[in-house]
Amino acid sequence: MSKARTELKRNIKENPYLLAGLIITGLILLMTIVGIFWTPYEPTAMNSAEKLKGVSFRHLMGTDNMGRDIFSRVMYGSRITLLIAIGTVAIGAGVGTIIGALTGYFGGMLDEVMMRIIDALFAFPSILLALVIVSVFGTGWIQLLISLGIAFVPSFARIVRGEVLRCKNMDYVENARLQGVSDFRMIFVHIVPNIKGVLASSIMIGFNNAVLAEAGLSYLGVGSQPPYASLGKMLSDAQQYMFTMPTYVLFPGAIIVLMVLGFAFLGEGISRWK
Amino acid sequence: MSDRDVLKVADLNVYYKNRKRKLFSKKNKKIHALHDVNVSMEEGEVLAIAGESGSGKSTLARAIVGINKDYTGTIWQKYDRPQMVFQDPYSSLNPAKKIGWLLEEPLRVDKTRTWTKEEMRKRVLEILDEIELPVSYLDRYPAQLSGGQRQRVCIGIALMRSPKLLIADEPVSALDVTIQAQILELLENLHRKHGISIIFISHDLRVVYKISDHVMIMKDGRVVEYGETKELYRNPKAEYTKSLLKAAGIVK
Repeated sequence: MSKARTELKRNIKENPYLLAGLIITGLILLMTIVGIFWTPYEPTAMNSAEKLKGVSFRHLMGTDNMGRDIFSRVMYGSRITLLIAIGTVAIGAGVGTIIGALTGYFGGMLDEVMMRIIDALFAFPSILLALVIVSVFGTGWIQLLISLGIAFVPSFARIVRGEVLRCKNMDYVENARLQGVSDFRMIFVHIVPNIKGVLASSIMIGFNNAVLAEAGLSYLGVGSQPPYASLGKMLSDAQQYMFTMPTYVLFPGAIIVLMVLGFAFLGEGISRWK
Repeated sequence: MSDRDVLKVADLNVYYKNRKRKLFSKKNKKIHALHDVNVSMEEGEVLAIAGESGSGKSTLARAIVGINKDYTGTIWQKYDRPQMVFQDPYSSLNPAKKIGWLLEEPLRVDKTRTWTKEEMRKRVLEILDEIELPVSYLDRYPAQLSGGQRQRVCIGIALMRSPKLLIADEPVSALDVTIQAQILELLENLHRKHGISIIFISHDLRVVYKISDHVMIMKDGRVVEYGETKELYRNPKAEYTKSLLKAAGIVK
């Protein structure tokens, strides 16, 4: 345990990306977690006396067109955004890793067929694909999460397949096979730990894409439904007030940017881990 | 077939798939890697297989341990699960796992019995003693070990479940000379102590002379000459053997 801690300390010292990523992501997470228990105002509470106010001590990020406190709404919205992003990556990376590892390891007919299906999925932009799935299963954040997750499977499957192909002819795999390691154990116990570096950084990148895709889809109106809003939904609501009250659009946008930036730094930091 | 045989290979032909599969070629051409190889070895002997690169030494080894399944002929073995030590200790240990974990793995996947934690620990310490590595190395990753130490670990992994037949595929070729001597000594000790039969693959005829009872010379997938090591070195019959011995500086 203490060994892991000294390793972490050393890496943070030598690796500014990791430090920056940890700080930014930490702040965002802190804000989101605090938002679960406490927000300055009720995120849905309207106050017609204070519509579209700028930054003040009463409202740190100003208020929106219905007099709701933007800071409170951002705290709540980042929770939805994070949840969707984490769920998306969990589905995409989980299913993608399993498909990629199995097809890469066993090869043959299974590989050919699965890869052509993946190719077909790749042909659609992920937002379009998610849009199709949402329009079939209805709107709402769970549908959004599942559809984005499916849209993210191909890229993970590709990456993992390539890495497994690289590893499966290594001597250590043959060595393990001689000892009687089963195929399943070989894939998930012997090979997958060797690709965790690549997997970790693609999870980080995937996470960013998920945040952006969620924002994009919510902007198009298929994500979370009013009165609660994800960050992307807030952006789309705010666009008509962009010039009258710029803080309304700036703050949710800035939080999205910070979220993506934090995870990008974190991913970069992890890939440079020594 | 005498009772003392541990391995008997008869009329073995091994094929490799041609990797370059062209779109419109009708037949999948195979490469014929071994031609009618016959070997037998007795319990507790060291059989050396020597020959130049590409002569089929490793192919034979891989067929015996069952990595390459595309063969005709028969491979009979008295005991199952022969173990193998690979040539390159830098690629034959899983870089993501600690030495202790790697040593335990053969026991964890043992289908014949289940090993308790204590038994595993005890066995690992026994093996660690055999391969002459300190206990502190259990917590290290392969990348933190030198080539010679890694090869010791590979030998240790192969020995975990006390195999009766060990195939060493050029186990010292990737190591420098002083370490080579240590690893050879280790193999010899193990052979003497446990009576393991060893197939020792090498292109170094001096090493072969030191370690083996019988030697088999191979070229282009065929057995050129087979015999007792001392006798064969003193009195080589085949032209190819003579030229090999000459190249190694053993005979003039």
